[in-house]
Amino acid sequence: MAKGRIEVDERHCKGCALCTTVCPKDLISMAMERLTPRGYHPAELRDPEAACTGCAICAVICPDVAITVYRWIPAAKSLPVSA
Amino acid sequence: MDLSEMVESLVYRKPDSLRDVETHYCPGCTHGLAHRLVAEVIDELGMREKAIGVAPVGCSVFAYNYFNMDFAEAAHGRAPAMATGIKRVNPDNLVFTYQGDGDLASIGAAEILHAAGRGENITVVFINNAIYGMTGGQMAPTTLPGQRTSSTPLGRDVEVHGFPLRMCEVLSQLDGAAYVARRSLHDVANIRKAKKALRQAFEVQLNGLGFAMVELLSNCPTNWGMGATDSLVWIEEHMIPMFPLGDYKVGPGVASVGGRES
Amino acid sequence: MARELLEGNVAFAEAAIRAGCEAYFGYPITPQTEALEHMARRMPELGRAFLQAESEVAAINMVYGAACTGARVMSSSSSPGVSLMMEGMSYIAGSEVPAVLVDIMRGGPGLGNIAPSQGDYFQIVKGGGHGDYRPIVLAPATVQELINLTVEAFDLAERYRCIVVVLADGCLGQMMEPAELPPMRAIRPSAERPEWALNGAEGRSPNVISSIYLEPLEEEEFNRRLLAKQAEIEAHEVRFRELALDDAELAVVGFGTSGRVAQSAVKFARQEGIKVGLMRPISLNPFPYDALGRLADRMRAFLVVEMNGGQMVEDVRLAVEGKAPVRFYGRMGGVVPFPDEILAEIRKLNAPTEA
Repeated sequence: MAKGRIEVDERHCKGCALCTTVCPKDLISMAMERLTPRGYHPAELRDPEAACTGCAICAVICPDVAITVYRWIPAAKSLPVSA
Repeated sequence: MDLSEMVESLVYRKPDSLRDVETHYCPGCTHGLAHRLVAEVIDELGMREKAIGVAPVGCSVFAYNYFNMDFAEAAHGRAPAMATGIKRVNPDNLVFTYQGDGDLASIGAAEILHAAGRGENITVVFINNAIYGMTGGQMAPTTLPGQRTSSTPLGRDVEVHGFPLRMCEVLSQLDGAAYVARRSLHDVANIRKAKKALRQAFEVQLNGLGFAMVELLSNCPTNWGMGATDSLVWIEEHMIPMFPLGDYKVGPGVASVGGRES
Repeated sequence: MARELLEGNVAFAEAAIRAGCEAYFGYPITPQTEALEHMARRMPELGRAFLQAESEVAAINMVYGAACTGARVMSSSSSPGVSLMMEGMSYIAGSEVPAVLVDIMRGGPGLGNIAPSQGDYFQIVKGGGHGDYRPIVLAPATVQELINLTVEAFDLAERYRCIVVVLADGCLGQMMEPAELPPMRAIRPSAERPEWALNGAEGRSPNVISSIYLEPLEEEEFNRRLLAKQAEIEAHEVRFRELALDDAELAVVGFGTSGRVAQSAVKFARQEGIKVGLMRPISLNPFPYDALGRLADRMRAFLVVEMNGGQMVEDVRLAVEGKAPVRFYGRMGGVVPFPDEILAEIRKLNAPTEA
């Protein structure tokens, strides 16, 4: 199974939560216990079982381009691809 | 899965044609998303260093702070005229306007009509969110019948405020319009389709085929008075019936051009 | 180049072409449409941009767009059309891009008529659009001056990065008289366009051209820059003509067509032995305050002649500062005064003032 992860840039995330509504594995939720520098609750990946596939659907809907997506792929085929 | 021969590769990042800055848009506002799609297309076409954008007056008036390319900021409604002036003296530049519904369909109605009528070789990104955002939620030409805004407090009454303007349907009647399409940003599938349409619209310009416009149904959580997620549902349930999605004009030569998913 | 019989509108259009104008955006409006027609023929011939816009609002914004690329660009119109261009002029001033506008004034207000008038002095000379700015304003009185000032307008616009208005009237636009056109100046290659210009951020950081200064202190700073530029313009660009003023006791002041008609009246008055001369402002902004102030030290009285209800007269009074009486004679509605009307006023001015 492909494995991936996302990084949420907390300078840009405005806590709109749209990414949480589209993640196929429901791995993204709002970090209600902390705030971004601009005072929003940021989205964050909670993926204890490493279920994230790096599908980037969350990045597609993010209105603030706050999500960067990584994916583990066989060393041979490591060409960056934009969704 | 043995991680040793696996390497972590970047799958998705911010396009070069966007500056790495925070935007002033409200949380959940799809302006930011539309900016990203335009920027991705310009990156994929390798045209960032040839592009000149024209920002409107409205929420996206500060687009020039977010796009990483030459940009001008037009008077309210005049972006198509300004873009015409730029394109006529700099035909090799990729010239596009980014306009809201007040800018394009209200004060700028004559400018967009004639830019399309002339077949001006520019690309127009038209953000339709059925309201005036920057000034705090007044009626726009695309406000829906019955929709409450700060200037239609009891809901838009067509007897008094008239009917919404469907700009794709209008402009597609003009021979100068090579490609006119309406897409929506209310879910991931439609966002991908929107990007394809934008790519097509910019390819129309690159191939000198005339006027191209993509209308993107967009949200306004703040002035619609709802959350981001609900606002996207509202687009689907209320805006799409009034503004059906689709290609309204695909002129000769346009179909064979571009639109290839990279 | 030889002198030819040229119509004013055609003359300034061709002069602009020879000055290297790369784009013209206009709209038909009497009494200047012949300029648009001339551009419609000539600009495509030379591979330059020409477009009749859907309105003057669109035309001035096309000018604004082209000006942002550093190209030499102009429009021309007449009073009602120029009123529609005011917003665009303010944006052009607010972003310091160079542009040229030729305004062939006509009778007003409102639809008015198509006869010559100078009723837009306040509108153009004192700014026109919203905000604290003033275009450079040049007022020709002959077709030759219309040609020369149009050429100069392009250079001034670029030197000061502002909009320059050549302010004439229907008389000058429509009349024909011998004049000489300048030689063709090559168009500036786009590579030599100014570094602030929009032409694609290739190998450089992006340029942004906008008139927005959200922070009031920054907007004030920008406005101060405009004022400093205005002071620079006042120091270097004042233009006027003087006739028979050396030994004069009375001075007639008039710009453009009314200045030209007054010139005849001054000649007739001189023949009657009246010691009168003419001071004809050519730059209305920067206005020749100092020159008029110096004149006021030795003139008994001034007669200001205009084709409006009295507008430039206010600036003359500012210049004269009460040192001498300033009388006014004006015809409005598109009526052009005859020399003998002005001569009659000069005689009255010359009559010994009641003690």
